[in-house]
Amino acid sequence: MRNVYVIADNVFTPLGKTTAENFARLKQNSTALKEYHNKSGQYFAALFEPTEFLIGSSGYTKFEQLMIVSVKDALDRSGISCTDDNTVLIISSTKGNIGLLETEALSPALQERIGLSGSANLVAKHFGFRDQPIVVSNACVSGVVAVTTGMRLLRTGQYEHAVIVGADLISEFILSGFQTFQALSKQPCRPFDKNRDGLNLGEGAATIILSTDKKHEGNVRLLGAGISNDANHISGPSRTGQELANAIEVALKDANLSAGEIDFISAHGTATPYNDEMEANAIALAGLEIVPLNSLKGYYGHTLGAAGLIESVISIQSLKEGLFLATPGFEEIGVSRPVNVIAQQTQVRAKSLIKTASGFGGCNAAVVFGK
Amino acid sequence: MLLWFLANNRLFLEQRIKILSATHFITNTSSISNGFVHKDGKLLFDGDGSEGAAFLLSLYQHFGFNYPKFYKMDNLAKLGWLAAELLLTDDFKQAAYQAERVGLVLANKNSSLDDDIRYWQSVKEIASPSLFVYTLPNIVIGEICIRHGFKGEHTFYIQEKFDANFIVQQVNYLLDNDILDACICGWVDFMAGDFKAVLYLVEKRAEGLAFEFNTEKVASVFNVST
Repeated sequence: MRNVYVIADNVFTPLGKTTAENFARLKQNSTALKEYHNKSGQYFAALFEPTEFLIGSSGYTKFEQLMIVSVKDALDRSGISCTDDNTVLIISSTKGNIGLLETEALSPALQERIGLSGSANLVAKHFGFRDQPIVVSNACVSGVVAVTTGMRLLRTGQYEHAVIVGADLISEFILSGFQTFQALSKQPCRPFDKNRDGLNLGEGAATIILSTDKKHEGNVRLLGAGISNDANHISGPSRTGQELANAIEVALKDANLSAGEIDFISAHGTATPYNDEMEANAIALAGLEIVPLNSLKGYYGHTLGAAGLIESVISIQSLKEGLFLATPGFEEIGVSRPVNVIAQQTQVRAKSLIKTASGFGGCNAAVVFGK
Repeated sequence: MLLWFLANNRLFLEQRIKILSATHFITNTSSISNGFVHKDGKLLFDGDGSEGAAFLLSLYQHFGFNYPKFYKMDNLAKLGWLAAELLLTDDFKQAAYQAERVGLVLANKNSSLDDDIRYWQSVKEIASPSLFVYTLPNIVIGEICIRHGFKGEHTFYIQEKFDANFIVQQVNYLLDNDILDACICGWVDFMAGDFKAVLYLVEKRAEGLAFEFNTEKVASVFNVST
């Protein structure tokens, strides 16, 4: 099967409009998390200013505009054309335009608009993609799954390039839901820490462009992927972590790497008590207990359908620059398996990394990138 | 000369595609829509005049299913759960498979919008966590996995209309690359009383219906399931 190269990317968040801007802010340990209040109380989140990314053209919702600005920046850097039939667009989101339910009267037209395929078609048309876009909506693993779908379409030669964008916005709909679940922390989140007590939500988008064009040899490669289901509970993670461990093992096998060859882990690390405990178990079961890991949730919050993409792009940048980022909020290990959480930024020479994610519906996913 | 070349080139391409993907088989199908329920193409139930959510409940009772969690599911999960139950009951030789080697690839048009609207209405009074948890389309996959203990790969795609070709490509990749040994795939969509589910059990052995798993067959089963 063909090698799949990462040829361009973008991260668009409250911290910056490009991957470079974001990475520079992360190196300074800047966080996008701020304190907010709504009728259900106080919370921390990483949100855009109301007009931060509006592209000024009418006809697109905020969600669609966010995807467009992210894709445009990555495309401009890629040198590929998206108007030939060798390029596919893949979109990852959990709730897309759901915020429209809050401001507009319910109608068949609104239903079409909230349906993700409507937005996908608008974004595809904006750039002139030939083929029907693919939309992944698989809870908080959506971004990692979208990258996996792209990798496979390229490996089998169905396309030469894949443009994969993930985006989500935090509406009252999403906020109220996590609040009823009592999943939100009232402080900046503390992944894997003894005193963690919940997650923060975040807004953002990211784009990864993959290619099998051999001229990109030498670029970071997408090496493998694995996806699994807990078959245990729809809103709580596995008791053992065995299923996420399975996804990690499948991804390693697909990448033809052993656990010992992984230099660092970009964990999901939402900072809910159950997620981080399960994830630590899984990482240990997969033989990665001593491998340095971080969670970027203390910078960006949990960006839902964008998280897998934002965290993959930032981690690829870490690989390129040889710089592991810290895990803001982490001080003292608070999971039963003593995984190797990086508290401080560290210079390293690294060749390969694994990105993991888990979500509602019992889903787990992992992808491996390497030089 | 040009025509000869094109004809041969096409033949070459078809052969290449065949080599790339081994033949897999649709061993069972199930469908629920418009008051009709089919299993392997045979009509099992043609309704009792009830519609939408009430129809799903009448189906559950008609087949004598006993799964108390059914009652707390949203309509999309109920629909998918029922279609999976009909697909697998009696026929699926689950003991032949490891849990990690059975997976699902599902798609629909309306994501979880039917439940999203209900949840958003609840927010105006007291936000309901039990409605919120179903505001993701992949929860139906989670429910099916819990019921049957499936732990393999699964993905939920949103499609404007059922894309048989894409689903076949995805499932073939999983079976050809030794990621799964059996896969349930298809369409599960529920929006404001309008609904349709069509599921296919795809295996490597030519058992049951033993239909060759290809775009044409998948599309034709989907289209007759009206």
